Amino acid sequence: MDTGALPHETVRGDALAGGLASLTILPAIAPFGMLYGALAINAGFEPWQAWLASATIYAGASQYLMLEMLGQSLSPPAILLAMLAINFRHVLYSAALGRHLGQFSRVQKALAFGLMVDPVFAAGEQRARRTGTLGTRWYFGYALAVYAVWMLFNVLGTTFGALVPDPASWGLDYVLPLYFLGLLMGFRASAGFAPVLGAAVLGSIGMHLTLGAPWHILGGSLAGLAVAVWRAPSRPASGS
Amino acid sequence: MSDTGLTLLILAAAVMAYLTRIGGHLILVRFTPLHPRVEAALEAVPIAVLGALIAPAILLGGPAELIASLVAGAVALRASTVWVIVCGIVVLVVLRGLTTG
Repeated sequence: MDTGALPHETVRGDALAGGLASLTILPAIAPFGMLYGALAINAGFEPWQAWLASATIYAGASQYLMLEMLGQSLSPPAILLAMLAINFRHVLYSAALGRHLGQFSRVQKALAFGLMVDPVFAAGEQRARRTGTLGTRWYFGYALAVYAVWMLFNVLGTTFGALVPDPASWGLDYVLPLYFLGLLMGFRASAGFAPVLGAAVLGSIGMHLTLGAPWHILGGSLAGLAVAVWRAPSRPASGS
Repeated sequence: MSDTGLTLLILAAAVMAYLTRIGGHLILVRFTPLHPRVEAALEAVPIAVLGALIAPAILLGGPAELIASLVAGAVALRASTVWVIVCGIVVLVVLRGLTTG
């Protein structure tokens, strides 16, 4: 980053810089979005219902789960509970990212959280840690690029769904874990990376083998956070 | 499920998704300034959550998935996320072809 730039140049460049930063993950979102559109049509959604789901829920993993559970004719409350279990990680994201939104107005915050999907959270956190700040333009440049590509490929998926091949034969079913792995590795320089990750993996596998999916997300996350809290230096008992 | 029922389910899920996204922040701002231990937990959120998300797919998915993930993880030390995915998928597809063909 050119710290000698004039303020208005920095600001103008930031939205573009944010959009450009998202280019590295857009290729991962495209097939994921297209596949969702195709599967939603197969599950009996009208195209506009698939678009509505993607535009308003905007949480791909939970939308896939919804399709799967609808296919098993489960009740709406059961479906919503399972989706909540998957999406509970957003509560943690929200608490963490909120610390970096000091420059955002109320309305901007409300919109920023609405656009906060996994890659946007991960990128925002990394940006804030590396540069010490998270600007509105950079954030929205990044987040809106992700949203636009997600919606575009959803529409392509609902329109040309039949052209999408069997996901497993192309390894497309494994794009998401690899993509999260890439995001995760971006934090490998953070303090406590290995112990926190180790606890999260153990907790996740333990929950997966007992209660099953999607509870491994919650169990693993809390195990990782517990280790982070335990490792943290505790302040002497003065003050609050 | 009826068309209207499905639309209502979608909208209910949308409201819920938004509440999870803004909820963590709304709860946390009531507790500022943050205790160092809370601060440490928030710092660890990306590592803990992303690790928990992918652990079963990598460790319980089978040998092809595990090897592809190890390769992808090594690639992540040097290259961007696109290459992590491309290399992982190529290894996975080749290994799956070997084991089924």
